[in-house]
Amino acid sequence: MSIALDIHVKEKRYGTRTVLRDVSLQLQEAEVVSLIGASGCGKSSLLSIASGLDRDFSGEIRLKGTPLNGASSDIGFIFQEPRLFPWLTVAENVAFSGDNPQLVTRLLAEVGLQGHAGALPKQLSGGQAQRAAIARGLFTQPRVLLLDEPFSAVDAFTRMKLQDLLLKVALEHRLTVLLVTHDIDEALYLSDRIVLLDGGLTEFHPGPAPRKRGDVDAVRLKAAILDSLQV
Amino acid sequence: MSSQFAARAPSSAPLDAPSVADAAELAHAASVAGAKAASAARDAAGRARAAAPARLRRILLALLLPVTALLAIELAVRTGLIPANLLPAPTQIIDTMRDLGAQGLLSHITASTLRVAAGFASGAALAVLLGATVGLSRHAEAMLDPTFQALRAIPSLAWVPLLLLWLGIDEAPKIVLIAIGAFFPIYMGVASGIRGVDRKLIEVARLYRLSNVALTKRVLLPAALPAILTGLRNGLSLAWMFMVAAELIAASKGLGYLLSDGRETSRADIVLAAIALLAILGKISDTLMAIIERRSLAWRDSYA
Repeated sequence: MSIALDIHVKEKRYGTRTVLRDVSLQLQEAEVVSLIGASGCGKSSLLSIASGLDRDFSGEIRLKGTPLNGASSDIGFIFQEPRLFPWLTVAENVAFSGDNPQLVTRLLAEVGLQGHAGALPKQLSGGQAQRAAIARGLFTQPRVLLLDEPFSAVDAFTRMKLQDLLLKVALEHRLTVLLVTHDIDEALYLSDRIVLLDGGLTEFHPGPAPRKRGDVDAVRLKAAILDSLQV
Repeated sequence: MSSQFAARAPSSAPLDAPSVADAAELAHAASVAGAKAASAARDAAGRARAAAPARLRRILLALLLPVTALLAIELAVRTGLIPANLLPAPTQIIDTMRDLGAQGLLSHITASTLRVAAGFASGAALAVLLGATVGLSRHAEAMLDPTFQALRAIPSLAWVPLLLLWLGIDEAPKIVLIAIGAFFPIYMGVASGIRGVDRKLIEVARLYRLSNVALTKRVLLPAALPAILTGLRNGLSLAWMFMVAAELIAASKGLGYLLSDGRETSRADIVLAAIALLAILGKISDTLMAIIERRSLAWRDSYA
């Protein structure tokens, strides 16, 4: 196994406030890692830095050993909200960064949106819109997928469907996934490794996939994580 | 006893969350697929049926106030309650319009409309250009916007003497005055529209490394389109107002000329005929803009 994404942040500040100091995280190829932590702990900042969108920090990001300078087509990013362009159809949104009708058709089928290619975002449900956003994230055929609390705005059943969809596409595309979430059950179900950001990093290992929701071991691990979070 | 047991039975079944979710979505998908075609046809027919009386009702409601008012005036004038030389009866205004029609009313309408078109087009072109510049660049905003805001505060009629001094009394000062009138609402719409584009959408564009030109073309302008179109619509209605101001001062043709001609010859009927025509023309041009607005903003997920 080789390292797909090597994140090292010496320091990230907003004005005089330091949000991240000496944080290092390596993601193995095809590994699914969840990043959890109290709000304001800097997990979204870390994700934004890892994507290349935020370059105002000291440290270095390496993608397959090469230093990252700005956003890259090798890294897909899914936001908390779908952020579809409302004036473009679903297909046009998916193909925002290029032109490949066959790939659009394939990706829409993959995320379960076949038949919605010509729809406008306003005609989609919250879950469908997030599916379209996932298809858009996969369009550049990235090796790494970063997700910032992607399922926090949808209802519980839809969230479970989307979690299963994420596992499916991660497996099919051999994606390295870094998922920021505040949902510990989601982290336990999806990840090979859970990283708790709280000043430093603490790791938890939910055990091999496929995992079952509400598994006894998962419940035990959840208690340990909540303990670390002092909840 | 047995009914109690039956009621409890389902809850004792093992609850597997994903399969429940699966079933829910499957059921939803199946029902959607099955019902889609039928309901689409039903919807279309239903909408068409429902739309006709609803639209008719709206038109009738809109006409209620003006028709009642016109009937009241007609009655008041005919019974001598209001002197006809101050407020002519609506039927007399229609007669006047017919008379004017025989004496080249169309050329007055054409002259005014062409002035509005020329002034609006030039004002709008400049406003879109400068509004976009100010919206896109902080430097341009810092440099230009304070001046434009000061110029915006100048009452329209204050420009007239200057324009007459500089440009004479031909077409030029009129068109420039109309352009000035149309400029500011459009400039404001474009600049604030671009400034107000959701930062989150811009972040998506940055994720795909769009160049500044591509960002402007593919994200900023489409996202700012609602504000731009509102600006254009407001600019067009101001263009009509400024056209009247321009023609009242110096013109030998146009609806503004008819207004001042009617006043000078004490013909209230001519003044009112010109006012009615201004209302009709303004409404037509605004309706055209509204149609353009509705068509180009069909993607918007909004109330109306």
